[in-house]
Amino acid sequence: MATYHLQTPFSEQEMRQLKIGDIVYFDGTLFGIRDLTQIYMFDQKHEPPVSLAGFPIIHTAPSLRKVGDKWEKICVGTTTSGRMDRFTPALIEKYGVRAVIGKGGQYQQSLDAMQKFGAVYLAIVGGAASLETEQIEEVEEVYWEHLHPEALYKFRVKDFGPLTVAMDSHGGHRYFEIKAEAERRLPGIYQKLGVA
Amino acid sequence: MGDFDYNIVKEAAKQLYIKALTNLPPDVRQALKRAYERETQPTAKEVFKAMFKAIEIADQKNTLVCQDTGLPIYIVKVGSGFAWNGAKIKKCLSEGAAGATLDFPFRGSSTHILTRVNPQNSVGRGLPVVYWDFVEGSDTLDILMIPKGSGSENMSTMKMFIPADGKNALKKFILDTYIASGSNPCPPGIIGVGIGGTADLVMRLAKEAIARPVGQRSEDPEIAQMEQDLEEAINATGIGPMGLGGDISTLAVHIEWAYTHITQNPVAVNTQCWPARRARATIHPDGKVEYGF
Repeated sequence: MATYHLQTPFSEQEMRQLKIGDIVYFDGTLFGIRDLTQIYMFDQKHEPPVSLAGFPIIHTAPSLRKVGDKWEKICVGTTTSGRMDRFTPALIEKYGVRAVIGKGGQYQQSLDAMQKFGAVYLAIVGGAASLETEQIEEVEEVYWEHLHPEALYKFRVKDFGPLTVAMDSHGGHRYFEIKAEAERRLPGIYQKLGVA
Repeated sequence: MGDFDYNIVKEAAKQLYIKALTNLPPDVRQALKRAYERETQPTAKEVFKAMFKAIEIADQKNTLVCQDTGLPIYIVKVGSGFAWNGAKIKKCLSEGAAGATLDFPFRGSSTHILTRVNPQNSVGRGLPVVYWDFVEGSDTLDILMIPKGSGSENMSTMKMFIPADGKNALKKFILDTYIASGSNPCPPGIIGVGIGGTADLVMRLAKEAIARPVGQRSEDPEIAQMEQDLEEAINATGIGPMGLGGDISTLAVHIEWAYTHITQNPVAVNTQCWPARRARATIHPDGKVEYGF
């Protein structure tokens, strides 16, 4: 297990050095997106008003408050990524996203895109929204405001993490591995529990 | 008692929601610490450290531990010596939950099932969930509040087994439910299990099971043994904190049970996530309120 402290934007080379089980922290820009943001982008064909190339995105519907023209954070947490799997290949291929941050991981098509273009999935600790909110220094911009709380958010973050590399650019998938290992152990567990 | 001020109940219902979201119970904190000490995988240890930091920040800044403020559940125990007006208490719980949401403020999650319109007040038709029970010999009104997030609630399962399936089928069902849930319920949390009763009662029992302080064993020795065996089985899967692999996959298995029909053996699983939030208020007849867990 290696620990990395990175700075956005991320390069392909930086992403390719990451292996599942590594820990990542980073500083810089993070874009927040969710189900509706991506339905708006991909199904309803709206081009994002800002370049995502080289940046990480996080699956979130943040609690914010608007004071004058400025958005302030209340609570920013992370949601389950599995629901948004179908959008990830295009985020990576078409828009150059280098890291997808969420909880629970995604599936084979996302893993394939990560392998092909050099991107990763970083698992955040779910339920730890207070920590995540603390690491967001500023909400710099909210694009597509009418979609809030599922708009497109630009956050500036500091020491954002710990994030566990759960899907890497070499075909490694931590959740698939853990599940396969649990299944391998299962007959023994059933036997010990007396239910075999 | 005729002039008992029910605003006290409303204020308690509001404070309970906020306290539960911002201040994790001591037993949950201790269970997480013990889990961290027992954990041997380096990645899993980092996950635990992030959990501790999140708890600490919530303590210092009086903020939400988790952004999913869930649906509000109130488990109310009315003492036989507490003169009460149930309809008024019910209204106070709803107004208190809405007041917490609007005043803190935090995201409300209650939503209309068809229009999906969210009133942003955490309540609505049928909500908050309120369970009533009555205690002989007590003169207090005891309210336990649980905010239930969707990551764990969405993993709930229930099955009507038959006597011929035997108790081993129940154990297998509980373990299989855990494995199928994977990282979704933000492990390691409490695995709440209900056994017996009817289809509705069994899920309520599972919910009451997650409301117990972590690791408090069933009073029934055979059920307590089942809890321990299931804990060991679940931790042997290696699924670990946040499903990223590790030695600790659950903090505890709690089982609540009731008698059932001779032809039935229902079982339900209701999981609670690692921030196993709950808060308790004990209201005395003179209007004094004590807060706890």
